[in-house]
Amino acid sequence: MSEKPQVKSSPSFFNNPRNRSLIYQLLLLVGLAYFFYGIVSNTLANMEARGIKSGYDFLFTTAGFDILMSLIPYDATHTYGQTFVVGLLNTILVSTIGIILSTIVGFIMGVAHFSHNLLIRKIAVAYIETFRNIPLLLQIFFWYFAVLAALPSARQSMSIGEAIFLNVRGLYFPGLIAESGAGIVYGAITAAIAGIFFLRRWAKKRQNDTGQQFPVFTASLGILFGLPLIALLVSGIPFVWDFPELKGFNFRGGVTVIPELMALALALTVYTGAFIAEAVRAGIQAVPHGQTEAARSIGLKESKIMKLIVVPQAMRVIVPLLNSEYQSLVKNSTLATAIGYPDLFTVFVGTTLNQTGQAIEIVFMTMAVYFVINMSISFVMNRFNASVELAERN
Amino acid sequence: MKRLTSVIATGLALGLSFGAQAGTLEDVQKRGSVSCGVSTGLAGFSQKDENGTWSGLDVDVCRAVAAAVLGDAAKVQYKPLTAKERFTALQSGEIDILSRNTTWTHTRDTSLGLNFAGVNYYDGQGFMVSKDLGVKSALELDGAAVCIQAGTTTELNLADYFRANGITYKAITFDTSDQTRAGFESGRCDVLTSDQSQLYALRIGLKDPSSAMVLPEVISKEPLGPVVSQGDDAWFNVVRWSLMAMVEAEFLGVDSASADKAKAEGNPSQKRLMGSEGDSGVKMGIPADWGYNIVKQVGNYAESFERNVGAGSPLKIARGLNAQWNKGGIMYSSPVR
Repeated sequence: MSEKPQVKSSPSFFNNPRNRSLIYQLLLLVGLAYFFYGIVSNTLANMEARGIKSGYDFLFTTAGFDILMSLIPYDATHTYGQTFVVGLLNTILVSTIGIILSTIVGFIMGVAHFSHNLLIRKIAVAYIETFRNIPLLLQIFFWYFAVLAALPSARQSMSIGEAIFLNVRGLYFPGLIAESGAGIVYGAITAAIAGIFFLRRWAKKRQNDTGQQFPVFTASLGILFGLPLIALLVSGIPFVWDFPELKGFNFRGGVTVIPELMALALALTVYTGAFIAEAVRAGIQAVPHGQTEAARSIGLKESKIMKLIVVPQAMRVIVPLLNSEYQSLVKNSTLATAIGYPDLFTVFVGTTLNQTGQAIEIVFMTMAVYFVINMSISFVMNRFNASVELAERN
Repeated sequence: MKRLTSVIATGLALGLSFGAQAGTLEDVQKRGSVSCGVSTGLAGFSQKDENGTWSGLDVDVCRAVAAAVLGDAAKVQYKPLTAKERFTALQSGEIDILSRNTTWTHTRDTSLGLNFAGVNYYDGQGFMVSKDLGVKSALELDGAAVCIQAGTTTELNLADYFRANGITYKAITFDTSDQTRAGFESGRCDVLTSDQSQLYALRIGLKDPSSAMVLPEVISKEPLGPVVSQGDDAWFNVVRWSLMAMVEAEFLGVDSASADKAKAEGNPSQKRLMGSEGDSGVKMGIPADWGYNIVKQVGNYAESFERNVGAGSPLKIARGLNAQWNKGGIMYSSPVR
C-alpha cells in the first residue's frame, strides 16, 4: 500500500483568501475607529483649550426665555431640555399638517391633470409650474409678510359669529374644555373608529362573497358622528366652550393658531403639493393605456376607473416618490426660523445654542432627531410600498 | 495592504495636525487686515451705506485696532453676523474681533471661551410702543405681543422682568433687528424691545417715526463691548488698549485735528499716548505710533460718538452714561505709561 501522497499542501495562513479578507476588514475597522476617536478627542481637547464648555449638563439648567407656542406647558423657568421637547413637538405638528395637506393637494392636482375639462387641466399645470419653480424660502416670506401682514389688527378682527376671529395675531376659535365624565365620549370616538375599520373589512368580504356593494362611506360617517353624539347625550354633555375674548391687547382663551404656523403650513403644503402632483402624474401615466380602455369597454364611470383601476396601479410608482417628498418636507420645515415659528431648529439650534454657546452638542442632537424622524417616515413608507408593489415570483 | 497602510497613515496625520494655534496678532500682521464681525445693519453701530462703506461705533473699534496694528484704519474686512452666529464665528476663528453691540455677561465671559476687551457703550434695555396704544409705562403691557431678536440677552431680560412683575406676554422672535421692525410695523406685535440705542435707531427706520414712543423704563444693564477669543493675551491687550486709547485721547483733550500737534509738542501724557515718548507700542508688539494712528485716522471717543450716534447723526443720543467720568458719565480709561 503506497502512502497517500499529500494531495494538497495546506496553504500558509496569509495565502488563504478568507483569512486575508478577515484581516483586512479588521484592520479597516480598527483604522476607522481610531479615526473617529481621533476626531472626537481632538475636538474635545480643542474646546477645552479654548475654554469652551462641553457636555450635556446645560440640558438641566433653566432656560430663562419664553416660547411663542408650545403644545406642552412651558414657561421661562423650565430647562433647556424642555425647550428641546417643545421645539420637537412643534416640528412634528407642522410636518404632520404639511404631509397630510400636501398629499391631498398633490393628488387632486395630479389627477386634475387628466381631466377632460380644459380649464381644470390648465389650472393644474399653472399651479405646478408656478410653485415648483419659486424657492421655498420666498414662498414662506410671501405667505407670512404679504398675506398675513395684510390681515386687520386685533381690535378690528374679521369674525364669524363672534366666536371665530381672524387677525394679524392669528386665528382664534373656541376650544372645548373637558370636564369629568368626558372619558365616555373619548371611548365612544375610539370605538367608532375601530367600528369603521371592522365595517370596511366586513363590507369587502361581503362583496367578495356575494357581489353586493355596501355604502361604506355613508355608513362610516354615520357611525363616526352618531356614536359620540349618543355618548355626549348620555353623559350630559361634559364639555364647556372656551370662547376667545378681546382683553387688553390680545384675545385670550380658546384655541390660537399663530400666523407663523399658518404661513409655514401653507407654504410647505403648496410647495410640496406641486412636487407630489408631478409624482402622481408620473404614476398615472405609467399605467398602461390598455387598462383604461378595457375599463371603459366594460362600462365603468370615469371616476370609478380612476379610483379602482388606475390609481391603485399607479401607486407602485407614486409611493417611492412620496417617500422622498415627505422627508423633504420635514427637512424644509427648518425654514421656520426665517419667520420665527418656534420649531426645533429655531428654538434649540437658534436660541438655546446662542444662550449656552455649546454648538457641537446641540447641532449633533438636532441632526440625530431629524435623522430619526426621516428614517421613521422612510420605514413606514417602505412598508406601504411593499404592500402596493407588483407581486413577483421570487 | 499598501493602500490600507496609506489610509491609516493619512488618518493619523490628520488627527495629529489639528490643534496648532498661532497668535492672532501675528496672523493679522501676516494677513495685512483685521477680520471684524459686525451686525447685519444697525444704524449708529455698524451699517453699510450705498457705496459699501461701513460706519458706526462698533466699526470704529475695529478701525482703531487696524490703525494700531497695521497703521491703516481702512485695512478691515467686515463680516456681517446675526445674533445667532456671532459667537460661533469668533470661537472658530473666522473673525478676529466681534464688535457687534454684544452685552458683557458672565455666561459669555466664562463658558464660551471668549473675553470681553472693554465696554464701548453703556446701554440698557427698553420698550418701544405705538403712541395710539395709550400706554405710559411698561407695567401696563400685560398680555402684549413683543417682538424680539432671537438669541439675545433681550429675550432673557424680558422674561425676568415680566415674571418679576406678575404680567404675561407673547414672544415673537425674529432673526434680525430689521425683521423685528417689520413685525412691529405690520402690527404683529404691540411692543418692540431692545437696547435703548437700538430702539432709537429702529425708530428712525419706521415709516412714521413720530408715531412711536420709547417707554421710560430701563429694565437692565447692557454694557456693550468688543469680544475676542480666550487664551490669546497679546491680541487681547491690543484690542483693549486700542479702545482705551480713544477714551484716553478724549480725556487728555486730543482729537484728530490736534493729533499732530500733540505728538510733536503736547504735554508728557499726550506724548506718551501718541507714541513720541515711551515704548508702549513695543511692549504690545505693534508700531510705536499706534496711539497717533488711532486718533488721527479714527478720532477720539467723543468724535466717534458724535459722528455715529450723537448730535452729528440722525439718532441724536445724549452722552449720558457714556460721557467721561469727570463730566457726569462713567467712561474711565487707564493711563498710558
